[in-house]
Amino acid sequence: MRKPKVAFFDFACCEGCQLQLANIGDLLLDILQLIEIVSFREVMSEHSDDYDIAIVEGSITTPHAVERIKKIRKTAKILIAYGSCAAIGGVNGMKNQFELEDIRKYVYQDKAHSFETIATKPLHQVVKVDYEIPGCPVYPPEVVKVLKAALSGLPYQVPDQSVCNECKLNENICFFERGITCMGPLTRAGCNSWCINNGNICYGCRGMVSNPAVNGAMEILKKYSISPEWIANKLDMYNKSREQDKTDKK
Amino acid sequence: MSKNVKVNVEYLTRVEGHGNIVVNVKNGQLEECRLEIVEAPRFFEGMLRGRSIFEAQHITSRICGICACAHTLASVQAAEDALGFKPSPQTIKLRKLLLHQEILDSHLLHIYLLVAPDLLGVKSFIPLIDSHNKVVRRALRMKKAFNDVCDILVGRHVHPISCIAGGFTKLPNEKDLDSMLSILKGIQPDMDATIDLLATLTFPGFERETEYVGLVNHNGEYPLLEGEIGSTDGLRLSKKDYKKVTNEFIVGHSSAKHAKASRESYMVGALARYNLNHQKLHPKALKTADSLKLKPMTVNSFLNTVAQAVECVHSLEDSIAILEDLKKSGVDQNEAVVVGLNEKGTIPVRAGSGVGAVEVPRGILFHHYEIDEKGKIVNANCVIPTGQNLNNIEHDMRKLVPEILNKTDEEITLAMEMLVRAYDPCISCSAHFLNVRFIGR
Repeated sequence: MRKPKVAFFDFACCEGCQLQLANIGDLLLDILQLIEIVSFREVMSEHSDDYDIAIVEGSITTPHAVERIKKIRKTAKILIAYGSCAAIGGVNGMKNQFELEDIRKYVYQDKAHSFETIATKPLHQVVKVDYEIPGCPVYPPEVVKVLKAALSGLPYQVPDQSVCNECKLNENICFFERGITCMGPLTRAGCNSWCINNGNICYGCRGMVSNPAVNGAMEILKKYSISPEWIANKLDMYNKSREQDKTDKK
Repeated sequence: MSKNVKVNVEYLTRVEGHGNIVVNVKNGQLEECRLEIVEAPRFFEGMLRGRSIFEAQHITSRICGICACAHTLASVQAAEDALGFKPSPQTIKLRKLLLHQEILDSHLLHIYLLVAPDLLGVKSFIPLIDSHNKVVRRALRMKKAFNDVCDILVGRHVHPISCIAGGFTKLPNEKDLDSMLSILKGIQPDMDATIDLLATLTFPGFERETEYVGLVNHNGEYPLLEGEIGSTDGLRLSKKDYKKVTNEFIVGHSSAKHAKASRESYMVGALARYNLNHQKLHPKALKTADSLKLKPMTVNSFLNTVAQAVECVHSLEDSIAILEDLKKSGVDQNEAVVVGLNEKGTIPVRAGSGVGAVEVPRGILFHHYEIDEKGKIVNANCVIPTGQNLNNIEHDMRKLVPEILNKTDEEITLAMEMLVRAYDPCISCSAHFLNVRFIGR
């Protein structure tokens, strides 16, 4: 059987998710036995426009990027949104809470006109996406899981339950019990409560569960005297681009 | 000699935009020589406004996946400076250990992924998997080792979790210290082999005197995390005055700001640090410098890669020393902080302005925040090392091109590529894959 040809692409992002691949270590060499990488700007000079699977990191933030991702979609049989920037917009989405003209001028002053920018979009708001791997950065075991699914033609669903499910199993003390707000109850699981295991709060990097327990959450907020606006602001750190999903559905 | 050369090198930068090297020689005279960088902007400084100072580390870490720990360390230093918070000696030790891992990881990535393929005459590390399997496995093994130490120390290397303003949310226990020690000691032979590999490299001969800028201090420590700003031209400034060093100015041909201090341009990074502070390196690193024939006040930018290798030895040895020291003193687990967004007021908040100045792999990195009395960020500024080096790279190119005009197009291109690559700029990965067009030759 011919090895599937895989190409990596990046848009507005930090490239940390591509780097996560190098952090898989020796397993990387095993994965490389199963696929043929034809394009990966970070590590190789060769480039090919003939590929089966496109693994795309980053958000769409310029008109040029819109055209480029459409072109990639046309070529790729399978398109994987790799990392939070690609899957949900991620931190790039925070830009959307400002007037674009204002934020351009703040950073680039009188050079602002050189920097074209549009509201941050995750890939699925521009093209059809076959697999999503959220996470900032991606969680390597989930990457392996999704690659296996993609290579064998099976579907993969990002868990639609909250991080709390995994966090409880890891026996962490709940941050709310310690007077600190945590995005765990609203955020999709699949990272094995990575941040909370290391003593920090969940920042919501994997995106919101589709049906959050709003009543329960409101009760928690009331119990600990936390204002809903406070939570909304925290959610915006990764999930601001979500608002365009709602607009699109109207 | 009368000769026309027009080089137009285009390559993708690390964030989707692109940079160009443009060289134009008419009748043997250099008419134009410049490096243009255009990146798809992500507006981090703009996005920080209105966010809590306690979110700054988490957000700015996302500026770069390769140097997330570096941005983290500059960010927490700036935040604590603004808040008037003094980190504990234990916190500082652990941060120094983290910075060493960042330097090791980044320098090795540069040496193996960018330099080794050049040395072995291939276009990427992928063909090396077959031809030089041992070298590739060693590179991955070393990369994984420093990554594993980061996993233990801060949860992960890409976007560290537990290193925040105020201290660490989780502290290594005795078993963790032992694991980190055994990983780092286990990698020493690989480090020796890396130095041996580098010793076989021949770097282009090139000289241009410039100003070297980096942190300096008044004690015997090779300054990476702490210090004031200094230069080989005798500049000495408090980190609060960083703008007097960077003097960012806008040039017509490039959308990236340029920097200059005492003369037309300056260089930051491993070679600058070596030239400024070489006598403070670990003895084993000094020996390495000797064996690689690196001497103080080296003015050949190509040798930045060699200075990186010397720093790798220093960082590995000093990491081991820090860990052994921590093992002796023990880690006080009571220092673990639970901060979140400081809902409990764990850290007193005040209005203020703070600067972080940290020597990260590519040079001195500045973060500057202004916060209001509630701890909300009012203004933010980040000056990255690659930006500071751009002007110096251009000046190098202007000196280099006339010196190599008798070479072939291919050789000129390769020399320009290697020069840009030597600075290990954030765009270095892409700089390896320049699409080159020669016009009018």
